[in-house]
Amino acid sequence: MRGAYRLNSGGRLDRDRPLEFTFNGRIYSGYVGDTLASALLANGVRLVGRSFKYHRPRGIVGSGSEEPNALVQLGKNPRTSPNQIATQIELYDGLSASSVNCWPSVKFDIRSLTGMFSSLLPPGFYYKTFMWPRFLWGLYELILRRSGGYGVAPDMKDPDRYDKINAHCDVLIVGSGPAGLSAAVEAGRTGARVILVDEQAEFGGSILNANENYHKSHGMNWVSSILDELKLMPEVTLLPRSTAFGYYDHNFVGVLERVTDHSSISDGLSPRQRIWRVRAKEVVLATGSIERPLVFQNNDRPGVMLASSVSAYINRYAVKLGSSAVVFTNNDSAYSSVLDLLSSGVDVAGVIDPRPKPNGTLPNIVRSHGVPIFDSSVIVDVKGSKNIRAVELMNIDYDSKKIYGKSHKLRCDLVAVSGGWNPTVHLHSQSGGTLRYDVSKSCFVPGINSQNEQSVGSCNGTFDLKECIDDGIKAGSRAAYATGFGVGEWSENTACTDFQTEDPLCPMWKVPSSGNESKWTKQFVDFQTDTSSSDIYIAAREGYESIQHVKRYTTLGMGNDQGKLGNINGIGILADALGQDISDIGTTTFRPNYTPISYGALAGPDKGILFDPVRKTAIHEWHEAAGAKFENVGQWKRPWFYPRGREFMEEAVERECLAVRESVGVLDASTLGKIDIKGPNATDFLERVYTNSWRKLQVGQCRYGLMLGEDGMVMDDGVTAKLEDDHYLMHTTSSGAGNVMNWLELWLQTEWPDLNVYLTSVTDQWATIQINGPNSRNLLSKICEGIDLTNDAFPYMAVRRGVVAGVQARIFRVSFVGELSYEINVNADYGLHLWESVIGAGKNYGITPFGTEAMHLLRAEKGYVIVGQDTDGSMTPSDLGMNWIITKRKDDFLGKRSLSREDSIRTDRKQLVGLITEDPSTVIPEGSQVISSSSGSVPVPMLGHITSSYMSPTLGHSIALGFVEGGHSKLGEKVYVSINDSKVISAFISNPVFYDPQGKRQDV
Amino acid sequence: MLMIDCPWCGNRDESEFMYGGEGNIVRPQDPESISDDSWSDYLFMRKNTKGLYMEQWLHSYGCRRWFLAERETVSYEILNTHKIGEINPESKS
Amino acid sequence: MSEIPTAKSSIEKELNSIPTFNTLNESSVFISEKRFKDHINLRLDISDDGNVDALGNILGVEVPIEPNTVNINGEVSVLWLGPDEWLILTTECYPNSMLDRLSKGLIGKVASIVDMSGGQTVINLDGPNSMNLLAKGCTLDLHPRVFGDGKCAQTIIAKTGVIIRKIDNSPSYDLIVRRSYADYLVLWIKDAAREYGLSLAK
Ligand SMILES: [Zn+2]
Repeated sequence: MRGAYRLNSGGRLDRDRPLEFTFNGRIYSGYVGDTLASALLANGVRLVGRSFKYHRPRGIVGSGSEEPNALVQLGKNPRTSPNQIATQIELYDGLSASSVNCWPSVKFDIRSLTGMFSSLLPPGFYYKTFMWPRFLWGLYELILRRSGGYGVAPDMKDPDRYDKINAHCDVLIVGSGPAGLSAAVEAGRTGARVILVDEQAEFGGSILNANENYHKSHGMNWVSSILDELKLMPEVTLLPRSTAFGYYDHNFVGVLERVTDHSSISDGLSPRQRIWRVRAKEVVLATGSIERPLVFQNNDRPGVMLASSVSAYINRYAVKLGSSAVVFTNNDSAYSSVLDLLSSGVDVAGVIDPRPKPNGTLPNIVRSHGVPIFDSSVIVDVKGSKNIRAVELMNIDYDSKKIYGKSHKLRCDLVAVSGGWNPTVHLHSQSGGTLRYDVSKSCFVPGINSQNEQSVGSCNGTFDLKECIDDGIKAGSRAAYATGFGVGEWSENTACTDFQTEDPLCPMWKVPSSGNESKWTKQFVDFQTDTSSSDIYIAAREGYESIQHVKRYTTLGMGNDQGKLGNINGIGILADALGQDISDIGTTTFRPNYTPISYGALAGPDKGILFDPVRKTAIHEWHEAAGAKFENVGQWKRPWFYPRGREFMEEAVERECLAVRESVGVLDASTLGKIDIKGPNATDFLERVYTNSWRKLQVGQCRYGLMLGEDGMVMDDGVTAKLEDDHYLMHTTSSGAGNVMNWLELWLQTEWPDLNVYLTSVTDQWATIQINGPNSRNLLSKICEGIDLTNDAFPYMAVRRGVVAGVQARIFRVSFVGELSYEINVNADYGLHLWESVIGAGKNYGITPFGTEAMHLLRAEKGYVIVGQDTDGSMTPSDLGMNWIITKRKDDFLGKRSLSREDSIRTDRKQLVGLITEDPSTVIPEGSQVISSSSGSVPVPMLGHITSSYMSPTLGHSIALGFVEGGHSKLGEKVYVSINDSKVISAFISNPVFYDPQGKRQDV
Repeated sequence: MLMIDCPWCGNRDESEFMYGGEGNIVRPQDPESISDDSWSDYLFMRKNTKGLYMEQWLHSYGCRRWFLAERETVSYEILNTHKIGEINPESKS
Repeated sequence: MSEIPTAKSSIEKELNSIPTFNTLNESSVFISEKRFKDHINLRLDISDDGNVDALGNILGVEVPIEPNTVNINGEVSVLWLGPDEWLILTTECYPNSMLDRLSKGLIGKVASIVDMSGGQTVINLDGPNSMNLLAKGCTLDLHPRVFGDGKCAQTIIAKTGVIIRKIDNSPSYDLIVRRSYADYLVLWIKDAAREYGLSLAK
């Protein structure tokens, strides 16, 4: 059953739990503990995909999130996900994956023919070729889309659940290698709240991949003892399978936890993935480092792998990677891979090292095993296509970096490479920290911090194990102490006490060519985007000097691995091409996310009914039961209309309107904003925020008010009632309530601390039921106690308290529809009771519940604007024809000064008018443009636009409200409304009040 | 996501707050007596400093108090927050 | 036309769809509504000692001065909402005498006493996972070191404003939410609690 390339023993696999999986349609087996990548290699599958531009065959290079090639389409619809990294996919039973970027199959890819013409595809090729002529771009795009792209997005609804959780801690530690674990346990011992995250399924970081002894015992024994201690600490949270993907402002770190991705079984309760929104007082970054590949001819052949990954596949996954290997390295660390290869039964044909006499601890051990070391040498070519047959070596002069001599071949089927190490500085950089090029270590390391953060271990350029542990211990202690825990002292490093001697690394961003560097080569810098070293030389030759520009021109680092392997080599090559120091070139910007994140995880639970809160009034259930259609007003659901039987909307609205005009209709107006205003200066306050005067208003009276912004534009409106001398109730629009409250508090708190006024939002406290129509008094008299309802005792624009249907109520005699109307307010807990009582009492009058559509139509007949529908924040009261509401008696109110600004007094401003169509049955579409003539040359001058438009059942013809330049002086004039290029509607400008202009009906 | 120190409630997540633009803009004493230009300055012109900027924020989902914050507009660091009236509008610019 | 007015909870229907368990589910979060209680929003200037004394006499407890804390006297809880603003909650159902007593006791004082009892309700969450559940929608640090007994805070859960009040270390929390958002909040709780289980407390 087990893969042919699986070692008989070793590795961190559960050999009692075999698994079956499918790749490109074939069934393979693996074990719990495998990744998809390790299981494929154990089954001898080396070819996993094709490259993006040239469709060259590609194999697995790495063993973690840096992997550029092994991108797969994972799972089937609806759970299919593109671009999943095979080295990060934990194997589970029944897993199904396929290669991306291959057509018709991974072994024969038609587009690999482009590879034959690759010298014709220089950098910037797409820009240069396909941008002209512009009109063909759409066609080019279609072709490019088909030949590019990484996999397909699912086209079905995602069945999985995703979760978000907020977390706070004293110390967040990212990475659980030697440094991270040391920091975690040291911080945890102080009692500080610690969160330790690691992207892998198991803690241990680099220790998982190595065969190293800590103090005479295997490194994983040390990891186990630390984890045992951490698990007993109640304030420590351990998060494996969790990637810190973004480091944001004020120590806010996003972490993606893959909760059930590693399992084929979903219990339907646990989320698939969870985003942790971590707010940490201190952050310790122990994110490790990523090995750099070496850049040489055909370095992208399947079988060329990072030396550290070779070790990982041997030590952690027990994979025999080949039969004969060579190791190509410019530093000492890869020599440990030689020992790992030998231990796995792979013959090592030689170590190729550009340094003259490597003499560190490890090279000497390798020598003692009889492995030949080809010093002062480099690989200049790889022979073979889908499988490696041999490598070609040449000598190199260490100082001049020139290759010389005769090349010779070394037979092998595996090449392990190491060009040094790049500290994983992504999160440090995202946090705002700077980077510094360390010449002695030939890598970028963290420079100055911007937030409360420390980098330790190899992500800080510390590559010695003892030093990593030392630094981790100190960082954990310091971080805890900074948050008030511990005494600022740290414990001794007992895990590792030995230094290893190492020779310095020989910096080499690419193997030098014998000829012109800008001649196209197959020396790949970025595998995923197929960027070769010559592309960078060409970019430099063409005048690109900034790494940011070179990145975009060559596509270096623009794959979804964001150049984790290739970028630094690319920067080094650019430095060489420009003759500059690498530190002067700098890096491209590291941006979130560190690895790709699914949209599902970002959306979390905020979808469907939880996408946005639905606010419901106390009477909502009744509306639903009555079959109401609902309209969204802000977050509120309001009944739009109540169709009876098979009524269409127009029929229902007509019936509802006529009921209000002829008998009685009832509206749930609970969504109106309501603000309780209390205090000795309440009247002074209203004087300042409204345009009209409030001094003479008597207790028990109401008044309509218009509120302006300081720019003089209408902001909100509503009726305010005087309940006591020092007590008012203000009504606002349904959607403007929150803004108005914030606006009023702004003035009270910042400019007018002298005013003794308290504001309290009471929108939710009151259920508001409006009864409208000639029979509303008759109806109310049946259920109302303690109020004289006669017109003299309770006139229009008055407020009274009493008992309605047994409930304490405030009743306002106000109307938005121009009829005899009462607005009854009760404690919302009794809203449904009141509504049912009103409906019961109104049976004899044919009481008709009506919705927002009828309400809007009825008010349009009266010419009342709706702030926010008819107005758009650019209308003055004068534009609305409401100069009557601006009192001359006040020196000042909010927005007053702006009304006399030059622009506010223009006579050609757009002004509110009514429009009556020539054909009474034509209803103008809302939003249409008003123009002055039906013909003439284009562009036609625009006079204004339509804001409200209806067929009026009461009047028997259509009506519209709109804004027309200088409209107030154009009454009776004929204008046109543009519908489309060939159609206009003719209409006459009228007074906007179409119905009962004297207002007699509401005052009876 | 910023962490903002409400002078009343202490550190809270940015999502609880509403931004109110530049702080300490003083409304002219007698608007009717000033020119259109001066009024427009008050209405529209803001410093939009690169660096330290005095802003007003509302703890809208918390204590509903407006307050002032000195924020570094490059690093986003918030150096200080003040209750309204704690510092003289004229002393900071 | 019904003669006896009946009060109606805004979340009764949604809560009734949650099962009650006889046997204790270890991980379950328990939910209940404390409905039809007095909620009174009080605004008062306490720099005036006379105001503080008058208020103390009515409530039987001093109003909390420290932000985000609660003072309790038997059936009356006073929650800090702002430097001159408090929420007074009673454990008895309304109508009771608190609103009257405040109105009468503070006559002549500059105060705002506003009945909110119909405009908001109290949802209680109880059980070991109730803190984790809240953390899914709330950015506050709810750790007992930070948010202990006697603490309250106005904040956001998911996408609605709430007042969270720590009751005890069970842990148990009262969520005071506006009536029109309460239904949304219960729906959100039901979804967030799926991995723990949710039971209607008896
Ligand atoms: Zn606050």
